[in-house]
Amino acid sequence: MPSYTAPLRDMRFVYHELIDGDSLQELPAYAEATPDTVDAVLEEAGKLCRDVLQPLNRGGDEEGCTYENGVVRTPAGFKEAYAAFVEGGWPSLAADPDYGGQGLPHLLNTLVEELICSANLSFGTYPGLTHGAYRALHAHASQELKDRYLPKLAEGTWTGTMCLTEPHCGTDLGLVRTKAETNDDGSYAISGTKIYISCGEHDLAENIVHLVLARLPGAPAGTKGISLFVVPKFLPNEDGTPGVRNGVSCGGIEHKMGLNASATCVMNFEGATGWLVGESNKGMRQMFTMMNLARLAVGIQGIGLSEASYQGAVQYAHDRKQGRGLNGPRYPDRKADPIVVHPDVRRMLLTMRAYTEGMRALGAWVAREADIADAHPDADRRQQGDDLVALMTPVVKALFTDLGYDVTNLGVQIHGGSGYVRETGMEQFVRDCRIAQIYEGANGIQGLDLVGRKMPAHTGRSLRRFFHPVANFLAEHQDNKELAPFVQPLSKGFGRLQTVTGWLAQKGLSDPEEAGAAATDYLRLIGLVALGYMWARTAQVALAHTGDDGDGFYAAKLATARFFMQKLLPQTGALVSQIMSGKDALMDVPESAFALSA
Amino acid sequence: MKVLVPVKRVLDPYVKVRVKQDKSGVDLSNAKMAMNPFCEIAVEQAVRLKEQGVASEVVVVSAGPQQSQETLRTGLAMGADRGVLIPTDVALEPLAIAKLLKAVVDKEDPGLVLMGKQAVDGDNNQTGQMLAALLGWAQGTFISKVELQDGAAQVTREIDGGLETLQVKLPAVLTVDLRLCEPRYASLPNIMKAKKKPIDTHSPEDLGVDVTPRLQVSRVEEPPARQAGIKVESVQELVKKLHEEAKVI
Ligand SMILES: Cc1cc2nc3c(=O)[nH]c(=O)nc-3n(C[C@H](O)[C@H](O)[C@H](O)COP(=O)(O)OP(=O)(O)OC[C@H]3O[C@@H](n4cnc5c(N)ncnc54)[C@H](O)[C@@H]3O)c2cc1C
Repeated sequence: MPSYTAPLRDMRFVYHELIDGDSLQELPAYAEATPDTVDAVLEEAGKLCRDVLQPLNRGGDEEGCTYENGVVRTPAGFKEAYAAFVEGGWPSLAADPDYGGQGLPHLLNTLVEELICSANLSFGTYPGLTHGAYRALHAHASQELKDRYLPKLAEGTWTGTMCLTEPHCGTDLGLVRTKAETNDDGSYAISGTKIYISCGEHDLAENIVHLVLARLPGAPAGTKGISLFVVPKFLPNEDGTPGVRNGVSCGGIEHKMGLNASATCVMNFEGATGWLVGESNKGMRQMFTMMNLARLAVGIQGIGLSEASYQGAVQYAHDRKQGRGLNGPRYPDRKADPIVVHPDVRRMLLTMRAYTEGMRALGAWVAREADIADAHPDADRRQQGDDLVALMTPVVKALFTDLGYDVTNLGVQIHGGSGYVRETGMEQFVRDCRIAQIYEGANGIQGLDLVGRKMPAHTGRSLRRFFHPVANFLAEHQDNKELAPFVQPLSKGFGRLQTVTGWLAQKGLSDPEEAGAAATDYLRLIGLVALGYMWARTAQVALAHTGDDGDGFYAAKLATARFFMQKLLPQTGALVSQIMSGKDALMDVPESAFALSA
Repeated sequence: MKVLVPVKRVLDPYVKVRVKQDKSGVDLSNAKMAMNPFCEIAVEQAVRLKEQGVASEVVVVSAGPQQSQETLRTGLAMGADRGVLIPTDVALEPLAIAKLLKAVVDKEDPGLVLMGKQAVDGDNNQTGQMLAALLGWAQGTFISKVELQDGAAQVTREIDGGLETLQVKLPAVLTVDLRLCEPRYASLPNIMKAKKKPIDTHSPEDLGVDVTPRLQVSRVEEPPARQAGIKVESVQELVKKLHEEAKVI
């Protein structure tokens, strides 16, 4: 298993130098988020991840969760680690101080989540879903429900789930069948089967709070007839302690490709008592509060795994000695050179680094805007933040997990055969990352969300929230000679994005299939340009530090930025051709042509 | 009883040490720094004494660059009550630190000084002993166990031949070894609270201590790179190599 060191230097760079996270302090809600606090929190979270969570990652993968008679056990050590996590108050980081939270910015939480995902993705699903449930209840539940559940979720003594998927419905939630019937006391009786429910049952917490999508009697068909309910595993007593067992139980857990220490459960609701969250038939909208946050969080999983894989790859590239530098031996006194001398290994390492650090920067920028959307005193500024987050949520989710998969795969490749062998831990990152491309809306659906909903929203207002800062940056630096190697490629990529956007807006309007055919490529295109924008900004900051660069941090940033501009951003050219060739090559193929031939 | 815990800011032990190009010392520019691990153990023990009701107040003190304040915050986040910062950009030697600490002890009047047996930067293992001598106090070094009662400390020391148990009269200086206890992780709420705990600042001049270095570093070098290992064919060959090449048997 590769050793893991929290990338705190880069996180501090991103937070303090690149995206001015420190400006959040000026918002009354985040007055506590002073630079020293931010650093101290990252530091301590990094220690916990390195010393407590990471050592359980491999064992957790091998052992997995076990199921017996409705009881689910997490792998050895998880209970103790979760107890330490709760004891440390980590679930409360970004929770509201009114409910026992520390009220720190979402931005900081995002970075801490990345650390957790690097160290132990499976572990991270338990607090991750808890925070999602917390947010959904915080946004939509009645005061009474909030008072009952939020403090426990913020403490982490109770964990949360989101129960959407059913055997016949995943992407298409309009098909949800689980029903809710009215009880006399204002509560509801929930019946139905949910599948693939992460953390649905486990032994880490004293109670589990399920947020369940279900249909009320007589509700309209489709997504307009879905309501959201809170259904606890144990019904809370008046004093808030867990009381009698509710009618919800775990019917089994899945055996999976990865994420083995996260219990993926079949949940049976048999007249379980639940309470309506917010208005009836508005469940989809409310669940989206949880899902949008969860989508951003899933994107962060992609970064976390990329970072972990990159750390393993770097160590190996220095240690493993095979072959000689193509222009002669670099280490003549040894029998072979370390593989880091080979151009192709460097291609892989730099690809890993350029994507990982670029994603960290982009993810942090989006998270900062989410904080502004939540807490800025000025309504216009809040709206701007909200628009950018809305636009970028599918990008963060799909791009980061697709790239995460590519990056972790390169991590295996750099290890050669030993990457394929379980022991090194490199292949686990690939398997763990794979699910991130599927859950919280498969990545293809993220593309549709981007082109179908986010792009046209408010006549392109969301899109402008991204286009304007990029255009301004380019205009501001067009005569900056030093920055030209970064500004010019970005300008080219951005030009392509603008052209394609115009084309797609036209085409998609008259033929939705055209939009659908372009969606995934378009998401990659805007994602690459967004990463390019972050790398150009990074280069701008780094250039100002060439004089005080004792450890070579800024020089490495410039080198990676250059690599991104020269070797990765040009993919935008191919994407333009792919997109603008239209839907025909896909849609002219008759369905019958997909038959299997013997 | 008040417990004073000196803590030192050092290069993070997880970070690779780089020697400056001119060999004048270790390159600390932009390097990740942390609390000396032995100091962490001392803080942990002091906080436990407070939790057990034996200590009434835990004061952490650090001498060094202004950023040593972060190291104090780490101690405060672990549970210390307040901090004392002695800012100076002079590279402090053990005797200078011991004198500064003595001045702080004179002001604070603690019943016990608990500190690391050494700092992992210079590995000097001198400051505690010097401080005890300057104060004229008893000392217990390399302790792996401590119990306080009736104005004395029962300490177990790790010595070459095994363990030694001593009774040390208080006030005393105790220097802690690795196995005394496991430092805790600071909890998030305590990290937040630490910000509001007070830190007093006294310059070396305020304390009347001359910290001018008395030693001159002539050169700092990296240890020679480790040679790759070899596989031996037989036990005989191993013995022969140990005898003739390694000269260890
Ligand atoms: C480990 C794990 C954990 C999970 N955790 C949870 C959880 O906690 N809670 C929960 O509710 N669910 C959870 N899920 C379920 C997960 O969210 C769904 O699997 C996912 O949303 C996809 O749904 P599906 O499997 O039904 O695939 P389908 O919806 O059947 O999709 C199959 C394929 O068709 C594509 N597709 C479907 N519809 C369209 C369309 N309209 N246009 C274009 N392409 C389309 C998809 O992109 C996908 O590639 C989990 C799943 C796993 C494996």
